[in-house]
Amino acid sequence: MNWGSFDAFIAMGGYGLYVWGSYLVTAAALAIEVSLLIVRRRRALRMLAHLHGTGNQ
Amino acid sequence: MPSRRSVLSMTPEIPMHSPVKTKAAGRFIWSYYASPQTFYPLAGAMIPWFAAAAAILCAWGLYVGFFVAPTDATQGESYRVIFIHVAAAWMSMFLYVVMAFWAIVGLVLNTRLAAMMSSAIAPTGALFTFLALWTGSLWGKPTWGTWWVWDARLTSELILLFLYIGFIALQAAIEDPRRADRAGAVLAIVGVINVPVIYFSVQWWNTLHQGASVSITRAPSMAATMFLGMILMALGFWMYSIAVILSRARSIVLERERRTDWVIKLAKGESAA
Repeated sequence: MNWGSFDAFIAMGGYGLYVWGSYLVTAAALAIEVSLLIVRRRRALRMLAHLHGTGNQ
Repeated sequence: MPSRRSVLSMTPEIPMHSPVKTKAAGRFIWSYYASPQTFYPLAGAMIPWFAAAAAILCAWGLYVGFFVAPTDATQGESYRVIFIHVAAAWMSMFLYVVMAFWAIVGLVLNTRLAAMMSSAIAPTGALFTFLALWTGSLWGKPTWGTWWVWDARLTSELILLFLYIGFIALQAAIEDPRRADRAGAVLAIVGVINVPVIYFSVQWWNTLHQGASVSITRAPSMAATMFLGMILMALGFWMYSIAVILSRARSIVLERERRTDWVIKLAKGESAA
């Protein structure tokens, strides 16, 4: 175990800004990509339903 | 193979119906799997498995990266950026090569699915390129004292981002999807030359960027647990990429094949279910 306390974990030996700035932006970017893909799939299915008159999804 | 001129002037001549009928011929089995109609359900079944593998590998990699790997002797805790930085940088280059590979297949064999795969890869490739640059910048500040420097490694990685964005913008600007496929493919194939430039830039030029930490020909120049964390994150990002690319490709298939019989049947089936 590297960290004595939660505060030490957040502080990252004084490099918290750089380390967490990297990890949080990465997590946010992946989350945004996944949500955009969900939106795109829903939109495609809605478009098909509209196009072929198969009622509301 | 289409000539250079036909790349620009060729109009769609592919029938709207997929080549599934050739399945029985046996030796044409590749075209069976190359058809969007076969790909669509297959990809749908595979996505949850790749997503689960990505979640497990990333969780394991983060655990090793933060709780098992020791503090670096010279860089302190700032080095922990490595676990996503290297993984994202590897994916940015690897995905470009895969994108160019499908672009070549699409040009040579004129298969619709290959071109769709190429288009599905570009946004994820651009994302990982951005993340490699972003995390590199945040790692560069405490270790080099600067967010950015116009050296070979950083500049060639930035060019990679522009290649991805150029590919996406070019395809978006051309209305006819088959022509957009061809134009994008040419750009993707020409741009692939940038990938070895990025990879070898740290050897070819003087650069602030450190040399490769991991190489096929020698043992990694880092602690085993640091190496393990990096590999786990790289595998996790790889599985993630496969999952999101398959999902995007499925949406592209639905959008592009919306007037084919099988998609109409599928749309009716899904709304009935």
